[in-house]
Amino acid sequence: MPAEPVRRQVTVTDDGPVLVHGPIEVTLDDGQRVTSDRAVTALCTCRRSRRYPFCDTSHRRRVGNSSTPSSDPGTGGCGN
Amino acid sequence: MLATTALPAVPEPVLPEPRGPLSIAVLATLRGSTAPGTAEIGAIEGADPYGEDLQLALYCCYELHYRGFAGVPHDPVSDDLEWDPRLLGLRQQMERAFLTALRADVAGGTDVTAEIGALLVEPVDAGGVSHHLRRAGQLWQLREYVAHRSLYNLKEADPHAWVIPRLTGPAKAALVTVEYDEYGSGHPDRMHSRLFAEMMTELGLCAGYGAYLDAAPAPTLADVNFISLCGLHRRLRGALIGQLVTAELTSSPASDRLVQAMRRLGCTAAATEFFAEHIEADAVHEQLMRRGVIAPLLAAEPGLAGDVVFGIQAATLLADRFSDLLLSRWAQGRTTLRDSLPDSPAGGSASWSQR
Repeated sequence: MPAEPVRRQVTVTDDGPVLVHGPIEVTLDDGQRVTSDRAVTALCTCRRSRRYPFCDTSHRRRVGNSSTPSSDPGTGGCGN
Repeated sequence: MLATTALPAVPEPVLPEPRGPLSIAVLATLRGSTAPGTAEIGAIEGADPYGEDLQLALYCCYELHYRGFAGVPHDPVSDDLEWDPRLLGLRQQMERAFLTALRADVAGGTDVTAEIGALLVEPVDAGGVSHHLRRAGQLWQLREYVAHRSLYNLKEADPHAWVIPRLTGPAKAALVTVEYDEYGSGHPDRMHSRLFAEMMTELGLCAGYGAYLDAAPAPTLADVNFISLCGLHRRLRGALIGQLVTAELTSSPASDRLVQAMRRLGCTAAATEFFAEHIEADAVHEQLMRRGVIAPLLAAEPGLAGDVVFGIQAATLLADRFSDLLLSRWAQGRTTLRDSLPDSPAGGSASWSQR
């Protein structure tokens, strides 16, 4: 009996990128090829990414007032 | 006679200078003289839970669980001090004081969705450190910022490895996927801590582990101590996940601003690689944390929602305090380090208490 094929996981998100599991090679519409060796790659779907075809979170909603925190605790785990 | 191989020595972390009675007691113990007694435990009563003394003492206790300390003459720090019950007893008292203060200073609640939603918008007029550095930062300010950050980023992802055995099923698998990426997906030269060390060297900083411990003020130490605290305690696993999701959600756009700052300041591509890597990596990690870790974790253990919220709020509070310190002192043209860097303005340890 043939084994069940191991299918590549692709996750479509409601608000952002498509997540593709495994190292991938992406061919862009101009023929340029780019690769990602990550375990999971986030592919931009909003086309706003400055690192297209990879997501850079540019899909996020931008807000104009300062009710949000003054800091951004990220970049690998602590405040900046 | 054997020739000496000319490999560069890896600088080993050395014990810092104490900043008060609690750190005096911990450092004396690490030097092998005495163990903390009831007097030190009593000193916690009057200690500022966010202060220089308690945060340094706590940091030194935690460091025993990472790389330990070396360079102590005639009496190298013994590995079994990691589990010395007297040291652990003092650590527990300091942790309680720190946690009590944090719980009193955050809003609390159990609405994880709302907390995450607040982190997922980009304020156009925000004033954090990465915004300042992108707009108007000077090279000495960037170097100071990286020196502060080295306390965590030279052990990036390490405290989160402690949570792996405390998760199950899909949440565990997704967290390990994030950690695998942090550790370079099997390539040591792509480990994020390695990229950070290379950036430090490019910026003319000392990339030795713990090299800036004496220079780091309490808000920097508190930021890292909170991660270690949550990493070491199984009961705080929800808070650790909250801390990590906060970091991953805010990292990608902040890293982009820092790349812009570094390019404006003329930094090399090798220097900017750490933050450039985090733009794409943390856009992935955000999705993995939200969908892969938090969703199944809370489905399996809905009672952890309050801890996740606490982790998010406490991480944000500590990041805000760190940010406020840097921005307020830079606005006055002063260094933010206790021992200023060669190109920083004066105003380090000598004037530290006058701020």
